[in-house]
Amino acid sequence: MNAAVSQSASPVELKPRPEAQAVPEPQTKATPALSFDGVTKRFANRTATPFTAVEGLSFDIAPGEFVSIVGPSGCGKSTVLNMTAGLDRPTEGRVALNGEAVTGPNVHVGFMLQKDLLLPWRSILRNVEFGLEARPIGKAERRERALRELARCRLQDFAHHYPFQLSGGMRQRAALARTLAIQPDVVLLDEPFSALDAQTKLLLQRSFARTIHASGVTTLLITHDLSEAVAMSDRILVMSERPGRIVEEMDLDLPHRDDPIARQALPRAREAIAHLFQSLHLAEREA
Amino acid sequence: MTSSKAAAHPGPVPVVAPPGTETVRLAWASSLALPAATLLVAVLVLVAWQYLPPALGVPRFIIPTMTDMAAEMGRMWRQEDLLTHLLSTASMAAIGFVAGGILGAGCGYALGLSPLWEKVLSPYILALQIAPKVAFAPLFIMWFGYNAWPKLIVTVLVVFFPILVNVLQSMKTTDRDLVNLARAYSMTRAQIFWKVLFPASMPNLLAGLRIGATLAVIGVTVGELVGGSIGLGYLITYGEGQANTAMVFDAIVLLTVIGIALYWMVAAAEARILHYLPKVAG
Repeated sequence: MNAAVSQSASPVELKPRPEAQAVPEPQTKATPALSFDGVTKRFANRTATPFTAVEGLSFDIAPGEFVSIVGPSGCGKSTVLNMTAGLDRPTEGRVALNGEAVTGPNVHVGFMLQKDLLLPWRSILRNVEFGLEARPIGKAERRERALRELARCRLQDFAHHYPFQLSGGMRQRAALARTLAIQPDVVLLDEPFSALDAQTKLLLQRSFARTIHASGVTTLLITHDLSEAVAMSDRILVMSERPGRIVEEMDLDLPHRDDPIARQALPRAREAIAHLFQSLHLAEREA
Repeated sequence: MTSSKAAAHPGPVPVVAPPGTETVRLAWASSLALPAATLLVAVLVLVAWQYLPPALGVPRFIIPTMTDMAAEMGRMWRQEDLLTHLLSTASMAAIGFVAGGILGAGCGYALGLSPLWEKVLSPYILALQIAPKVAFAPLFIMWFGYNAWPKLIVTVLVVFFPILVNVLQSMKTTDRDLVNLARAYSMTRAQIFWKVLFPASMPNLLAGLRIGATLAVIGVTVGELVGGSIGLGYLITYGEGQANTAMVFDAIVLLTVIGIALYWMVAAAEARILHYLPKVAG
């Protein structure tokens, strides 16, 4: 019965809860690369009562923008990702890529998880080709594109290695090459650095920041690491506990988007982290 | 060279080294010391077998010596048409293994792709898996007569289940995120199967085939023991009827050799196919 409402063009009418009004309505200039309009996702559970993962989510991401979503665990960050990738449908509201509603897995989105998800039986080159194999392109072009992405991620010397022969950081770079090889409009990164040791993490963040900056692709990073969000993004969306809502939006306006290590040294970056820390009420909470 | 000699004397414990397990101990053992030690065990056992039973007064018709067995092997070769029996058993084991493997893997993939049927059929699969398949041999003889079919069907059944169960297990435990990745790349169900699920099942399939290779010989042997006029299992009942212990021992040795040969073929295929796993490659 909500079908008629969700078809409506005006996002304001869709707001299911008055408190969602607190989120400043983004004034869209061009068509956003990714937009959520009053998106609610409820999961029907056979055993327990159905639970609401996210509620009344509305935000836009401009083409080329790097946006991070931070929030406590279980705030439905991964639900946002799955709905963008078309693996899940919103219960209410609308998810759109370049103005077109997402109805299923599509060619515009590439995603990456904490796990590299490289196929162990394929060489790195064949892994990068994997995403292109569902596309109607020739073998030669596929190989050429895969090699180009490997070069961009500085892995060309490891094209014929197998995943087990690479370090964790290199495997994540290979996964990024595979994600970029399909030339997506939007890249979704779900905690891609959280399984790595502190040093590898810093280096890989820089490596990703450079590669993403150079490719100009729109990026949505989901993370629980506040300093990572500040170091890498243009804008940060803070989500509340379940049901996940956006409780704060933070425009960073900091230099060095292509160098998180340099950015983290800035005093203003530290202020931003402290501010996020407060807005998540981390000081008053217990583990 | 030394390792191939060791292989020619299979003891009751298979001397097959699973790839990778001995790498840790190679620190103290040079590449030659390990096969030499294995060979030494074989020599000691054979020497003990030759001299210990006579020294303890065990008669030859209870435990024949090594030389008795060698002599009997020669006699069987000349007078009992041993080669025909050997080839019959080996080919039956191989055919049963391949057929059981294909059927088991096929059913495993099919059930893995249709969770509904898997749920419906799983109690029956469990029951059939537990039922002693070799006990069906007399039944099959009643149904199909004294020909190759009963032993072939028993072998297929015996091989079928471990492979089915292993493949099904893999289909159910393949990382859902890998499948979701393929889905996000807009791959069709067929593409997801051939590019993700099928290759991901290789370690499990090969583990199942390994078990199947050893079971295949058991299946054929029981089939031949129960009702046959050809094969090493038949030679065992024949030798038993003549109180020819050496003949029974010889047939058992040859059956073991067939089993080891099958197992090695699977192990060699596994080493080639699973080269991408660090354990096997290293």
